[in-house]
Parts: sequence; structure tokens; C-alpha cells
Amino acid sequence: MLNPELKLNEKLFDADVEQKPTRDGYGTGLLKAGEENPNVVALCADLTESTRTEAFAKKFPDRFFEVGVAEQNMATIAAGLGISGKIPFIASYATFSPGRNYEQIRTTIAYNNSNVKIAGHHAGISVGPDGATHQATEDIAIMRAMPNMKVFVPCDALEAERATLSAVKISGPVYLRFAREKSPVITTAETPFRPGRADIYWQPSGNGKKADVAIVACGALVHAALLAAKELEKEKITAYVVNSHTVKPLDEDVILKVAERAGAVVSVEEHQVAGGLGGALAELFAKHRPIPMEFVGLNDTFGESGRPDELLEKYGMGRRDIITAIKRAMARK
Amino acid sequence: MTPLHEGRLQYLEELSNKIREKIIEMLLAAGSGHSAGPLGMADIMTAMYFHILNHKPKQPKWPDRDRLVLSNGHICPVLYATLAYAGYFPIEELMTLRKIDSRLQGHPHRGALPGVETTSGPLGSGLSQAIGIALAAKLDKAKYRTYCLMSDGEHDEGNIWEAVMFAGKNKLSNLTGILDRNNIQIDGYTENVMPLENLVAKYEAFNWHVLEIDGHSMPELIAAVSEAEAIYEKPTLIIAHTIPGKGVSFMERDYLWHGKPPNKEEAARALKELRTLGGRIRSEHE
Ligand SMILES: Cc1ncc(C[n+]2csc(CCOP(=O)(O)OP(=O)(O)O)c2C)c(N)n1
Ligand SMILES: [Mg+2]
Repeated sequence: MLNPELKLNEKLFDADVEQKPTRDGYGTGLLKAGEENPNVVALCADLTESTRTEAFAKKFPDRFFEVGVAEQNMATIAAGLGISGKIPFIASYATFSPGRNYEQIRTTIAYNNSNVKIAGHHAGISVGPDGATHQATEDIAIMRAMPNMKVFVPCDALEAERATLSAVKISGPVYLRFAREKSPVITTAETPFRPGRADIYWQPSGNGKKADVAIVACGALVHAALLAAKELEKEKITAYVVNSHTVKPLDEDVILKVAERAGAVVSVEEHQVAGGLGGALAELFAKHRPIPMEFVGLNDTFGESGRPDELLEKYGMGRRDIITAIKRAMARK
Repeated sequence: MTPLHEGRLQYLEELSNKIREKIIEMLLAAGSGHSAGPLGMADIMTAMYFHILNHKPKQPKWPDRDRLVLSNGHICPVLYATLAYAGYFPIEELMTLRKIDSRLQGHPHRGALPGVETTSGPLGSGLSQAIGIALAAKLDKAKYRTYCLMSDGEHDEGNIWEAVMFAGKNKLSNLTGILDRNNIQIDGYTENVMPLENLVAKYEAFNWHVLEIDGHSMPELIAAVSEAEAIYEKPTLIIAHTIPGKGVSFMERDYLWHGKPPNKEEAARALKELRTLGGRIRSEHE
């Protein structure tokens, strides 16, 4: 059942659940951050509207910098701003930032420990018809591997706004990952958001704490994971669903606890299986508690053009695939 | 290269108009994609594949073919439509643009479709690849020429200027750049987003031969390409001044049409304008 303490959206499983893209949360969060803190500045690389930087740019024209199609320049200018008392937010599509400007981010932002917040938009395969060149599917891996970098992958637009706002309070580099497409709003204004903490969204009903499986997800696929857990209830399979919006640093306590209670884990993300959230979990379990684990994500392949729902299904990240992975993980106990 | 005779010019102009119609139909069917750039480059693309390039559509991997690298991959509807009319693949397949399992990816992918030389979409990396291809030709003493189609917006990228410098240094006379100077990018007009001028002086400073043409005049393009072939000591850039959205009055020169497709009603209006050449002739479909 849904964890009642977290006050999640009651309409979560309804067909008419409110849908919004997580990038909208970046837009509203950035605007609020700008209102709260005069040191917040924003940069964009010729994608001001689609990265939702527009509202900030209109309200604070003096604190907004259009760099043109020049992601490497954008990252390095931000690095300079970030070591000079400003809190720069840089936005482009994730394939280009942190894709194209990886080394600039590594050296001038991460190694410099400059206070830059990197917003990677249109991440994942759900970008859809633009095709593989525009579908960022390795960004979590490259950002997670980078010292000093924190990584957030919010599950809905509301959480995206909170993650954006919380990035202002974190001193040092942060990577925020957003999606293009609309997805169900899972959280509510009362749902707590604590950076670095993973939240148990779904848990076995009744008093028992044991479960058959623990699903750890991030991004919009948290919703698919919840749908899978709910569907499995009918088969008397009990599950935990953990929203690990902070991929780095991982909330080791909560994740190890649910893994312990379930004895099998499935990771779910819109990213390559290699190096993403699943990779982070596998590192954690290998070190502390080896456990049967299955991975839902892209399996060492590029995506292609298509509708988001078609692509998620074709590339094995749909609700059916999550259920299959759960059963495989359980069978390995 | 032979100049165009009168009849052939008229035929190619009609063909480029057909290609524009096809672009509108493709974008409508896809429900997403870019309108302005593809319409603006239809004349150049037609002249390239139907007069300038030495190529064999039925043998897309023919080693001696001239190479056309499309750096600004988002305008691929015009590349795909032209390739189909040139015989690389069936024209009907154009309607699968951007759909699942299609060979017509939202941005061009090498190997996915015959005639596509490189993968592109992420801007600013075409010219360097074209340089690599041109260098290989020199090493192999091959005669083919390499053309790189670029956009103005992507000249914001440092990668382009690194390539410009390299090609100038290495006197790559077998390389010709063609720049779609349509003055728009996503966030607005190029000179507001990030001023690019003086492009002629900039390229010349990097040891390129620079020509400027009306990008809707096939004879001017053909003359410029011929001149480029005759320049032995430098790469040549042809700055093609084009009208984004060319042929569809409500799309022309408007940067808001950079990255969206027409809806049904807009597509009908666009097709009517194209079929009647903006009301100058009667449409055979009327
Ligand atoms: C490296 C990179 N950054 C950003 C983008 C997103 N993008 C796609 S087209 C475009 C505008 C480029 O302007 P131009 O190519 O002149 O567009 P057009 O004239 O065809 O409208 C941008 C920023 C991209 N494709 N690649
Ligand atoms: Mg342009």
C-alpha cells in the first residue's frame, strides 16, 4: 500500500491523474530560487523555452545569460561565476550538457568545486521522436562517477521544483536530471523532500515488514514501479517501492533496510543499466549485503525515434518489464 | 560542372517545390519536427543531388561518390525527401519519419538509411567529420569532393571554429562548406542570440575562400561550386542566404517555426500555397 505518512497524491493510480513534465518543476523552482536569492543566476544555450529557463529570464533579465549553442562555453562561464559568489544554473539537453561539455564540467566545475547547478533536460528515451542523438542515457553514469558532484533525478514536477530549490542550499556542484514528457504527479505539497534521503512510497500492508521484493527507482519511472507493485498485490506478491531521487549520495540506510526485508531488489531507471542507479545499488549491495538483483533500464543499446510509450516498451522499461524483472529477482532468492 | 540549361532549371525548380510539399506532408504525419530549415534548404538540396554531386543512388556505398555531410541534422526532412526522389529508397517510406522502427530517424543516423553519410543532430560536429573524410580522400588520392552543409546557429559552437582553423591550415581544397544563412535559431534571430557577423571576414581570416549566393538560386549555387572546384589552395565556404520557411508565407522568416510541425489546417494552407506557387498558378489539385 502507499505509505500514508508521505501524503502522496491520492489520484496517483487514476487514469485522470494530473500529468506534468519534470522540466516544468525546474522552471518554477528556478524562478523561486531567483526570488529568494539574489546570487542565483541562469545561463542557457539556445533552449530557453524548452528548458523552462524562460520565466527566470523574463523576471531577471540582468541575471540571465544567453550563450548561444555553446554548451562548453556555458559550463566554463558558470564555473567562473560559481567561484565568484554566484549560484549559476545552466540548462540544456542532457545529451549536450553534461554530454558535450563533460570535461569542462569535470575540471572547471567539479574539480574546482564551483557552485554550479547543472540542469540536464530531455533525459531518457522518453524524449521520443527526436531519436537517439537527443536521448541522454548515460548522463547519470558520468555525473555519478564525478567527485564532488551530487545527482538528483526527481520523480515528478513537484519534486523537480523542490530538488531545484534544494540545490541552492547545497554548496558545490549539483546535477539535476529532467524529462521532456508529461508524467503523473506522484507527490503533493505535504510530501517531504529531503536531499540525500530515499523515501519508501509503497510498502507491504498490515503489520508485517517483510516483502517479496524491493524496487528502487528514480525519475518518472517511479510511477511505473508503483503500478507494478499495485498490480502484483493481486498475485499476493508484496513489495517495497523506494523513490531514490538522490542518486548520489545514495541513502544507504533506507536502501539496505528494505533490501534486507525483501531479500531481492529490482532497479528501475530510464538510463543505461551500466553505471546508473542500478549500478550504484549494485556497488552498495556488493559491499554491504550481496543480494539477488535485476536491472530495468537500457541494455547497452541506443534508443531510436518513436512515441515515448512505444519506446519504453520496446526497450524494456515498461510496467510489464518491471513485473518480469521482479519475478526473476524473486526466483533467484 | 555543366551549367543548367533553361529546361533543366525549370524541372529542378518544380522538383524542389515538390520536395517542399513532401516535407510538409512528412511533418504533418510525424506530428513533430522542424519546418523552417528544411523548407529553406530545398533548393540547395535539390541542386546538390540532381546536378552537383557525383553519386549513384542505387550504389550508396560507391567509393568514388562525392560526400554530403549534413551537420545541422535537424533539417533532415529535406535530406530524406531529396534522397527518396533521387532514388535511394521508396518515396512512400518518407511518411514513416520519426515513427518507431523507421529508417527515417528524427535526426539522421549513419547506417540507418542509404545515402546518410554521418550521424548528426547535435550541432557543430559536421565540419570536423567532413574534414576527416576530405583528409582520407587526399591520403587515398581519391577524386571525390566533400560538401558540408551547416547552419548559422551552429556557428556558436567552438567545435566549428576549431574545424575552420584546421581546414584552412591544411588547405583542404577538396572540401566545400555550404552555410544556411537564414538568420534564425531557436531563441531568436542569430544576431540577437549570439552575433555571428562578419562571417565573410572571419572565414577569410582562417584562410578560406568565401562566396556569397542567393540560396534559392540554383544557377548561383552551381557557379559557386564550380568556382570552389577551381580553387586549389584553400577550402571554400559558400554562404547561402536563404529564407527560413521558404514557400510558405506564414512560416517565412519566423524563428518560431524552427522546431515545430504544421497542424492539419496549417499543412493544408501550406500545401495550397506551394501547389499554386503562392497564388501565381492554379493548382492541379483544385
Ligand atoms: C550541441 C547542440 N546543442 C543544442 C541543440 C539544440 N538545437 C537544435 S537546433 C538549434 C538551433 C540552431 O540554429 P540553426 O541550426 O540555425 O536552426 P534553423 O536555422 O534550422 O532554424 C538548437 C540549439 C543541438 N541540436 N545540438
Ligand atoms: Mg539558422
